[in-house]
Amino acid sequence: MSTEKKPLEKVCLICAKGSLEDVYASLVMANGAVMEGIETKVFFTFFGLDGITKKAMNHLHTATTGNPAMRMPGGLPFPTMLGGLPGVESAVSGMMRKQMEALDMPPVDEFLEMITAGGGEIFACKLAVDMFKLKKEDLSDEVSDIITIGEFYEMCDGDRTQIIFT
Amino acid sequence: MSVKTIAGVAVNVSEEGYLEDMSQWNEEIANEIAKEVGIELTPKHFEVLNYLRDKTAAKESLTIRGVGKSGIVNIKELYGLFPKGPLKFSSKIAGIPKPTSCI
Repeated sequence: MSTEKKPLEKVCLICAKGSLEDVYASLVMANGAVMEGIETKVFFTFFGLDGITKKAMNHLHTATTGNPAMRMPGGLPFPTMLGGLPGVESAVSGMMRKQMEALDMPPVDEFLEMITAGGGEIFACKLAVDMFKLKKEDLSDEVSDIITIGEFYEMCDGDRTQIIFT
Repeated sequence: MSVKTIAGVAVNVSEEGYLEDMSQWNEEIANEIAKEVGIELTPKHFEVLNYLRDKTAAKESLTIRGVGKSGIVNIKELYGLFPKGPLKFSSKIAGIPKPTSCI
């Protein structure tokens, strides 16, 4: 049996959801790959587009209802009824962003810049862009192109490539 | 932990070649580790290395974002100085432990 190491050469991430934690999961994994010297491409589609839409990207929310992992400060379960009250989701999301900032996690626009500064590439899904009636100028300047999923798959060639869907 | 002779000095290194004791570091050691990872050090590199060493000595956690805000280099320049390992390679050359940060 060969013990030769075969490190990853390319990571292709697909971000299809627009909640704070889903977008950050993609961004952390993408940035982590770039920092390890791995070729990195991220494809934002459907509600994930919020993560690269100028108006939305720095105001992402985390769901306070239908999220069984949500806890009150102190660790008690977060009552679903409370999560539905006006303003609660905003307040909780704001608090999460503050805690992330304390760990040196940047806001989304800066995170995208960090990824492209290291050579990572960001793409938007054409079908979803058309569906949400967005234009190239509505998207972050770090987005290199609006492409089809077929074109994205073409970029995902190579035998040490992984596609990760978040 | 093992002992390795770098630039004529016997130093303690981790399995992955990071110095275990940052006080054993000197510029010749930096140059030799840099050569191993294919980097030719310039004064700009040393500015970054010294920044990383200062932060480590002050027990502050290191992130590429932090380096980008240091005023020495921006993140793109950091990648330019230490390609494919802005924090990994720079820490190794700076004689500090392998970074534990994900950002």
